Amino acid sequence: MKFSNTLRSVLIAVPVMTLMACTSGPSEEEIAAERNRIAAEQAAAQKAAEEANAQRVKAEAAARLQRAEEIVKQEREALQAEQTVYFDFDRSTIRAEFYATLDKHAAFLVKNPGQSVVIQGHTDSRGTPEYNIALGERRAQAVETYLLNAGVSASQISVVSFGEEKPAVTGASEYAFAQNRRAVVVY
Amino acid sequence: MNRFWLSFLCLVMVVFSSPSHAQLNIIITEGVDNATPIAVVPFKFDGEGFFPGEITDVVVADLRRSGKFNPVSMAQMPQFPNTDSEVDYDTWVDKGINTIVVGSVTEVGNQRYRIDYELIDTLRGSQATLDAQSLRDGQLVQSRTHVIAARSLTVSGSEFRQFAHRIADVIYEKLTGQKGAFLTRIAYVVVKDRETDPRPYQLVVSDYDGENAFRLLSSDEPLMSPSWSPDGEKLAYVSFENGRSQIFIQDIYTTQRVQLTDFPGINGAPRFSPDGKKLAMVLSKDGNPEIYVMEIASRKLTRVTRHRAIDTEPAWSPDGESLIFSSERGGKPQIYRVNLSNKRVKRLTFEGEMNLGGTISPDGRELVLVNRTQGNYHIARQNLQDGALQVLTTTYLDESPSLAPNGSMIIYSALHEGQQILSLVSLDGRFKARLPAIEGQIKAPSWSPFLM
Repeated sequence: MKFSNTLRSVLIAVPVMTLMACTSGPSEEEIAAERNRIAAEQAAAQKAAEEANAQRVKAEAAARLQRAEEIVKQEREALQAEQTVYFDFDRSTIRAEFYATLDKHAAFLVKNPGQSVVIQGHTDSRGTPEYNIALGERRAQAVETYLLNAGVSASQISVVSFGEEKPAVTGASEYAFAQNRRAVVVY
Repeated sequence: MNRFWLSFLCLVMVVFSSPSHAQLNIIITEGVDNATPIAVVPFKFDGEGFFPGEITDVVVADLRRSGKFNPVSMAQMPQFPNTDSEVDYDTWVDKGINTIVVGSVTEVGNQRYRIDYELIDTLRGSQATLDAQSLRDGQLVQSRTHVIAARSLTVSGSEFRQFAHRIADVIYEKLTGQKGAFLTRIAYVVVKDRETDPRPYQLVVSDYDGENAFRLLSSDEPLMSPSWSPDGEKLAYVSFENGRSQIFIQDIYTTQRVQLTDFPGINGAPRFSPDGKKLAMVLSKDGNPEIYVMEIASRKLTRVTRHRAIDTEPAWSPDGESLIFSSERGGKPQIYRVNLSNKRVKRLTFEGEMNLGGTISPDGRELVLVNRTQGNYHIARQNLQDGALQVLTTTYLDESPSLAPNGSMIIYSALHEGQQILSLVSLDGRFKARLPAIEGQIKAPSWSPFLM
């Protein structure tokens, strides 16, 4: 203990003693060893601090990323709630009331170029199955063209027509027909 | 590796070949008043045990469903003969029944049976008896001209139904001059409840009357447009099992299949050429639906149409030299014919708001199609010589007409009480029947060629 206290006071005095060029006290080797030990301690402390900092930065980045992903996910989920565009009988022109919906999809896809979508085209059950496959494709292509014009990359979009084969509502009511004449943006 | 294949098999949500319980019944909704009366006398059974199969029931049902015959009930039969020699012609003529079928089934071995039957013209038989009575010196040479057909064949127990259809085919051909189409099959798509059934889309093959139904394929994604090869052994169809439309050809006996196309966009409406070597189809790989012909062996593709409008629903003329197809090039869908050697296109239909889903009768004279007039979709026929169009049906949302190989009857899909079912109508529109299913929506019927 006593030695330790002495040593500490000696250590504090080292630079002074060096300046004074006094030769009494601890030997050169002792001082050098002590210096190394201190340097090592300081380095370890610094390293620990750096690591803690890096850990914190990483955690913050992960949290930021998670928040960003959460936002993307929420945006995508919001878009999925309004993914359907409805058409008039035997028509494939997009009604003006769906421009806002499609604009939201376009904005999302432009912001997330890694995101791809499939546009499904559907028809009601009137007319022949083969003609309806062609009509369903034309509806899906109308949506595709709208998104392309809004700046979405062609590589993000694929199109498939199911014609009258996958009705949203079964039956032959006007309501069922209207619900089935649709294009759906699927993420 | 095993795990890989296991997961691969799970991914391919398609199952082959299992017996299906979705049988169809035939309910005649509109008969023909002047159908010819005919008596099919129950065949005598000579052998051990039970009579194996209901031959006469099948023959009676076939003849009735042709719309050309009115088989009389057993109560109306004055006698129950089993050979021509037992027939009292006058008693039949008195009842106004001028044509009868008699026969017998004899057990000749383990599960082997000989069937003998005769188709008899009782009016002629009656006159021959009168002639015989006028010859008193016994010099009569027994005339058999009143026996229109007499056949004998040995069959195994499991073939009874097929053989009964063959008897009906012979009777039909002898009496009408037109080949019978009772020994034929149909292929169709069943769509079961998509909420509860993991593989609701099913491709089914059955006898033309809905019996012996056999599920060739079931899938979690849509199946469309089955079409028979001319030898009656393969079906071409469209499957969405990989998330997009692709054309497959499958052997119905071995169940082996090949994927023929996987082009971007629509791969649809496959139809075998009359020689079975080519497949007409619709592809939209160049932007919009166009008609193509693919040589099956080499996969060589020839583009047939070139138009900004929708071109779809190709169907071959019986000589294989031209295709008809539906096109919107005139505004609304109408049917056009394209000559395959010079690619010249001619419009065929003009009546009504739309005409589509066309197919040409085996004799090349009639066009059968879906006509839309005042918003109603009905099956119609158009004479290709004079262009006269006749609407044949009164059902709702008719689609997918397919002709029997003898051109006598059309099978199609219609909506009945909220359910998509198959229906029949004769080419003259006078006979109509429904084929309700036990469950599911039934669509896309395709009638096979003549089978051996």
